Amino acid sequence: MSEYNEHYPQGSAFYSALRKRYLTATIWQALFFSALLIAIISLSALLYNVVDSGFGYVAYEYKNDPAEFTSIPLDELTNEDLVIILKENLSSGAYNKLDNEKKMETRSQADLYVLFLERLVQYDTKTTWSMTDSLFRSANVRAEAAEKYPDAELEFRSWLTPQFLNTPMSSKAEFAGVRTAVFGSLWLVGIAILFALPVGVGAAIYLQEYAPKNWLTNIIQTNINNLAGVPSIVYGMLGLAVFVRTFEALTSGAAFGVTDSNGRTVLSAGLTMGILVLPLIIINAQEAVKAVPDSLRQAAFGVGATRWQTVWSHVLPNALPGILTGSILAISRALGETAPLIVVGASTFITIDPAGPFSKFTALPIQVYQWTTRPQAEFHSIAASAIIVLLVLLLSLNATAILLRNRFQRKW
Amino acid sequence: MEDTLKPRVADAQNFRQYDLKKKFRIGENLIQGILFVTGILSIFITIAIVYELGKEAMLFFALPDVTLVKFFTMTRWQPGIGEYGIVALVSATLTTSAIAIVIALPLGLASAIYLSEYASPKARGVLKPILEILAGIPTVVYGYFALLFVTPILKSIFGDGIQVYNMLSAGLVMGIMVLPLIASMSEDALSAVPRALREGAYAMGATKVETSLQVVVPAALSGIGAAVIVGISRAVGETMIVAVAAGAGPNFSFNPLEAAETMTGHIARISGGDLSYNTIDYTSLFAIALMLFLVTLVLNLISQRVVNRFRERYE
Repeated sequence: MSEYNEHYPQGSAFYSALRKRYLTATIWQALFFSALLIAIISLSALLYNVVDSGFGYVAYEYKNDPAEFTSIPLDELTNEDLVIILKENLSSGAYNKLDNEKKMETRSQADLYVLFLERLVQYDTKTTWSMTDSLFRSANVRAEAAEKYPDAELEFRSWLTPQFLNTPMSSKAEFAGVRTAVFGSLWLVGIAILFALPVGVGAAIYLQEYAPKNWLTNIIQTNINNLAGVPSIVYGMLGLAVFVRTFEALTSGAAFGVTDSNGRTVLSAGLTMGILVLPLIIINAQEAVKAVPDSLRQAAFGVGATRWQTVWSHVLPNALPGILTGSILAISRALGETAPLIVVGASTFITIDPAGPFSKFTALPIQVYQWTTRPQAEFHSIAASAIIVLLVLLLSLNATAILLRNRFQRKW
Repeated sequence: MEDTLKPRVADAQNFRQYDLKKKFRIGENLIQGILFVTGILSIFITIAIVYELGKEAMLFFALPDVTLVKFFTMTRWQPGIGEYGIVALVSATLTTSAIAIVIALPLGLASAIYLSEYASPKARGVLKPILEILAGIPTVVYGYFALLFVTPILKSIFGDGIQVYNMLSAGLVMGIMVLPLIASMSEDALSAVPRALREGAYAMGATKVETSLQVVVPAALSGIGAAVIVGISRAVGETMIVAVAAGAGPNFSFNPLEAAETMTGHIARISGGDLSYNTIDYTSLFAIALMLFLVTLVLNLISQRVVNRFRERYE
């Protein structure tokens, strides 16, 4: 009997046990919520860290006085002045190299001025401070700058400027931009989607509409689910072995008359990315096609349509929003992947925008990776700016996907 | 009544002869063929992966100096000078993945329980997008975060006991990366448990946490197990976080305060440099990639088996 009372408390013992149970319930609820809180804090810490590095005080020096090169005030220099100054003061080898990349006369004033600062005046960053330091402890910052770098000037600099988006890469952090990387990423994603979307949607339609329920279909389905889980670097190795090496004649353009590149082109990388996002598109398109109610198909069959006619005129138009959402998710994935691009051969230093599918390339995540792994703090700052660009791009893509999904969601 | 399904004898003037065979439409069959090819393409991709990785890995193992015994027992990985112990790389993969799962499993499961059992629809509308944002951040950004934010914090905690590149910071950030994956898959599993079980527990006087932990979670265990295995597979295959934050040389150690290189980080570093075909560096990379592919394949197959075997059916 006492055992019964032990397990099932009676009377006042019940109520005290109940209070204890409520207490444990509240503690557990707080624990569960704190897990979510940790996730939110981590996300905020990440975003804060990125933004913090992207803006701040910079202590810089000019190695050479601008007055050595010209007596004209800096803001009154015209294109012709700058071209003459550069021609006189750069070595002929360096000048000719720049001229070959792009004719000096056709460059913009901003471009030439940047060259002037970079090559001749040799603007040199001594050290940088983070945004919080710069905003809230500016007195300390000034004291430190005066103490350690008495010759340097202090300036509050935003590393993310419109010019940052428009400048090609450079070996000096102050003058580097992400233009080549952004164009590279766009080319990459374009080729990937061009390949993966038709193939993926076709495979999804086949699996949902045409495939008989036999062992082959099961194998294909399991296979696609497994491919979705393969690490991205294995896809990179596949791309290296197949596109860069085996099909070098095709991907380097040799078969089409282009002779100055090897297999590490934007085409190989785009196809590799296409294979990477293919399982994603297939799975999403399958869900979209599955969601179209069967009554529509039966109605089409009922009036005598063939299978392809029902798919083309009934199933696809209604599955299109879901397929669109899936392709936007695929684009987001393709924009953010780095590992396959490293393996397939993104160039480590390239200043020319990609001009066609057979050009060398670099991509936004690759730039972030390279700049992050440099020891100087300026490179970390521009890495942070590039991350901001990447995140803004991804955020707008995902927001568009969600908007589209909500707008076109139909209740059957 | 006449049997209208029997083909009628043609009456030359008035009646057409019905042919009940399916009419051969060349467009239809062509399209079906094309779609079949796109469906089969995924199988070709898998075959291509296995073939290419296997071919180069075979070249690596065919070298006279390389034996499977050395591959699995030596503790240093330097193919250039004859050391072929992949355990040097596997130890780092295991350590970082273990740290990641230790972080992601409790936090992800707890988040999923909160989202599915406790959160109001409004709260869920705010919290789920945050998890989706965490899931969508590119892994290089996580690598940047690990190197430039987490490592300095760890350095201030451990002082000189921790190196600049270390597995702990990479493991912690990987845990944050895997957390949304485990949370969303577990939440799907928890939501699929029918309300009747919860209502039954409440009817017996259980508190919310008692039903969650003793009724709902055991019922959803297959889905949660699958989520964990997928999370492990993702952590094993992750490259950029470890490439940036964990270190640049193979090191056979399970000490998270040391620098080490994982399988994926090693592939990324070597292929980022000068790499000529048919060298031992090149073929050894494919051997590592083959192991990686097999490990993640086995993990994914196990997760599918777990779901199918232990799924509870409520009908």
